[in-house]
Amino acid sequence: MAQAATERELTMSRAMVEAVASEMRDGDEVFVMGEDVADYGGIFDSTQGLLAEFGRDRVMDVPISETAFIGAAVGAAQQGMRPIAELMFVDFFGVCMDQIYNQMAKNTYMSGGAVNVPMVLTTAVGGTYNDAAQHSQTLYGTFAHLPGMKVVVPSTAYDAKGLMHSAIRDDDPVVYMFHKRLMGLGWMPAPEGPKTPVPEEAYTIPFGEADVKREGSDATVVTLGLHVHRALEAAETLAEEGVEAEVVDLRTLVPMDTETVVESVRKTGRLVVVDEDYRSFGLTGEVVTRVAERALDDLEAVRRLAVPDVPIPYARPLEEAVNPDTGAIAEAVRETVE
Amino acid sequence: MYEWMVTARHYEERLQEEYLEGKQPAFDISAGPIPGELHLAAGHEAAAAGVCAHLRDDDVVTATHRPHHVAIAKGVDLKRMTAEIFGRRTGLCKGKGGHMHLFDPDVNFACSGIIAEGCPPAVGAAMAAKKRNTDGVAVSFVGEGAIDQGGFLESLNLAAVHDLPVVFVIEDNDWAISMPKERVTDVSDGSQRAAGFDMPGVRIDYDDAVAVFEAAEEAVMRARAGNGPSLVEVQVHRRMGHFMGDAEAYRPEDDVERHQRLDSVERLADDLRSSDVSDEELAAIRERAHERVEEAIAWAKDQPEPDPAEVTEDVFVDGGQRPRAADAPAGGDD
Repeated sequence: MAQAATERELTMSRAMVEAVASEMRDGDEVFVMGEDVADYGGIFDSTQGLLAEFGRDRVMDVPISETAFIGAAVGAAQQGMRPIAELMFVDFFGVCMDQIYNQMAKNTYMSGGAVNVPMVLTTAVGGTYNDAAQHSQTLYGTFAHLPGMKVVVPSTAYDAKGLMHSAIRDDDPVVYMFHKRLMGLGWMPAPEGPKTPVPEEAYTIPFGEADVKREGSDATVVTLGLHVHRALEAAETLAEEGVEAEVVDLRTLVPMDTETVVESVRKTGRLVVVDEDYRSFGLTGEVVTRVAERALDDLEAVRRLAVPDVPIPYARPLEEAVNPDTGAIAEAVRETVE
Repeated sequence: MYEWMVTARHYEERLQEEYLEGKQPAFDISAGPIPGELHLAAGHEAAAAGVCAHLRDDDVVTATHRPHHVAIAKGVDLKRMTAEIFGRRTGLCKGKGGHMHLFDPDVNFACSGIIAEGCPPAVGAAMAAKKRNTDGVAVSFVGEGAIDQGGFLESLNLAAVHDLPVVFVIEDNDWAISMPKERVTDVSDGSQRAAGFDMPGVRIDYDDAVAVFEAAEEAVMRARAGNGPSLVEVQVHRRMGHFMGDAEAYRPEDDVERHQRLDSVERLADDLRSSDVSDEELAAIRERAHERVEEAIAWAKDQPEPDPAEVTEDVFVDGGQRPRAADAPAGGDD
């Protein structure tokens, strides 16, 4: 995707916040609600600075009470407001999943389209910092599996801003899953990559359009979030060996841009899917199936990398063992081109 | 109020008849003109009527899986609600919701099939009213079996801490499916829970629509004036099983008899008679209500069923755009 020429680079969190602030300036119906979103600015900087500009009525700290405030976002959205509610860690969805998948995601359908739920549920995902099983999950598959909500996963500052504008303007509920490791936090260094040039003006990135982050002719690596950067790093290593890997960043899981993935596989003949979520019944299986349905004849080799079906472990070597790293991605690609 | 109550009572009697058609001899829940579960509210009418008498169309109501009496009192389009219950294309939700999931945005009515989970959206609707500086209020109806749910308690807290215009209404019919109230709580007066959130709580010990009206007036006016949430609990009666087909083997016969004997509709009729409303006037109201119900049922049964191709409409299906609400089918009684 062509990016507007600009020298200004932002971290992913700054880019997200810039989109939120811009939409809040444009419409009184946009407001933010969550735990520690006001004075703290979001544990992962996802709402940094909003309180100072918009005040407590529009940037609301709420009790640690996800069922109540995420459900309240549903109710406000049904009244035509455009709330952004933050579930601090996606791992906490268990305490409020009813409001997410029985109300937020289903009310439009159950009402035969009479009710809109134009809200954004933001939530932090991902591990790599030894926080163990209740604070490190990625859970893309859980939300993408249940119908009625769009699922967005940015990997760069540019994408984060454009996708956030689209999310707030969307009349359907959107789950916006940001990876903590990409946010540019003072206490959790980001890899090279997510900090990108970002235009000052508002722009949208349509849902359902994957982005080819690197072109290549020998193998297609499909991934999203943090693993876009790991895949790009792996592709650099492979290029030195004469293997050109194409890296497709899905950017949105629902809707998923199957076409771009299939086109890439038709070109390369080899598919590697990389996911930080659990392996079984998840993203890797879904992508491989979609490609098999449409381009089986072009498919010469398939590999999938995901977290083996274990809760995310604590100790550093254990967590590193389950989370697909650059070396594992490179090796998977090598296996497909052998 | 009397007209709403007799409409609701007759409506449910007629739904019961329609529901049972084709389900015998071996009870088959999915057979007959009304498929699925059916939860009737006969005996709950006073709570709905007494509260909704204070509400406008722009006030928001979230009801439970037992929603018909509240929907009627809130002014939900009766024909399209009935068509929805019969699973018809011109129903409120185009046949996608059914009796536990009725939505009528024209009068801001919604209900949920999950216990206590209408409470948070009501709090959010109140939040929207407050942000827009309107004097709109939101009312969330729950059963007494819902007040041990986190969603209920969290909602009371959130509404209280933000001084939101919400009225929580507990319809206490003594039974959470097969669990009698005394086996799930040591506090028989559910309205006492309001004290834990520093909001007013009041209990009406008998299903007297006039008493509910008076208590609800205070709560709704308090919310409308910007003074925050309240809790109103009403003792109602469960004249029937939890759902149609519930054999109620768990329930003592004298309890069923007692609940059927205490009748809020009759009580209100007696009150009206003693305030010099004539029997003829009451009969005329009943007749009008019956006609409206018959008309709604006849209209609903005459409506087409949805086309299977509509199953993927109204939801964002991968790669496609959801059709806009503008193409919702017309019809109904408003």
